[in-house]
Amino acid sequence: MFQAGGNSDEGLFDYLHMELVSTLLQPERNPGIHLSISTMEHLGFSSGYRLVERLTREWPRFKDELDSMKFICKEFWTAVFRKQVDNLRTNRQGVYVLQDNRFRHLAKVSTSGQYMEAAPKLVVFTCGLVRGALANLGIVSVVTAEVSAMPICKFQVQIQRASA
Amino acid sequence: MACCVAVIGKDNSPLYIRVSNPETELYLHFTVHSSLDVVEERVNSLAKSSVGDIRELYLGLLYSSETHRVYGYATNTKVKFIIVLDVSRVQNVNENELRSMFRRIHSAYADAICNPFYIPGDQIDSTKFEAIISEILL
Repeated sequence: MFQAGGNSDEGLFDYLHMELVSTLLQPERNPGIHLSISTMEHLGFSSGYRLVERLTREWPRFKDELDSMKFICKEFWTAVFRKQVDNLRTNRQGVYVLQDNRFRHLAKVSTSGQYMEAAPKLVVFTCGLVRGALANLGIVSVVTAEVSAMPICKFQVQIQRASA
Repeated sequence: MACCVAVIGKDNSPLYIRVSNPETELYLHFTVHSSLDVVEERVNSLAKSSVGDIRELYLGLLYSSETHRVYGYATNTKVKFIIVLDVSRVQNVNENELRSMFRRIHSAYADAICNPFYIPGDQIDSTKFEAIISEILL
């Protein structure tokens, strides 16, 4: 997850994430662990917060919000998922939509729609990850995800302005 | 080389501040805090300019007095690092040396933040970070 190492550490992130999701889906398997969707989001938040500190170290100063957003789509996404976000759209009023056409945590799930109700649990960590990264860059936001067909995931980032 | 190193958080609260000579502590704290306005001014003016290479994180000399020179560095995550040099002890200042000092502080800071037991916004309390700062203060 953190360095461009061999294939082994890439797998580790997948396995760890899968275990987290499975604990979330079947709490009776690990009775000692109380994991909820919001804890999972918080785990993502602190990972994103710390990760961005490291990733922006060698980076020139961001000009504006869009510049930070592009950083998330390119460098941040590449560091975490080994690919870039496929599409970034904005209404220029503080709403950004990041579309990933083959989202890593959904890529191995059946496209038939059988596991549609598990989708929120599969994407919530990443919502937190993006929110944490933006928070450390000084942008307070609300991140929600939308899955309409399996490997495609849209993350909507709503920037909370200080004045509003 | 430096006589004071400070790390200031996003909301301008001190995360870490250390001086080499305890007698001058109060004065140096004051110096560091008064330099924060200059940092803010400089970051805002740099963000507006479109020229690529002045978007560097290193901010250069913030101001100098008869006794001290204050240098600044602001990360993308709005954390500021301040180094104060004693003019009587350091005659020639090498810009590259300062850049590398700031870079070392920055990587030590990133390491400290990545410690899962560190809560963002708290004072930095890490022996590794402390050791790097001690080397810079020498």
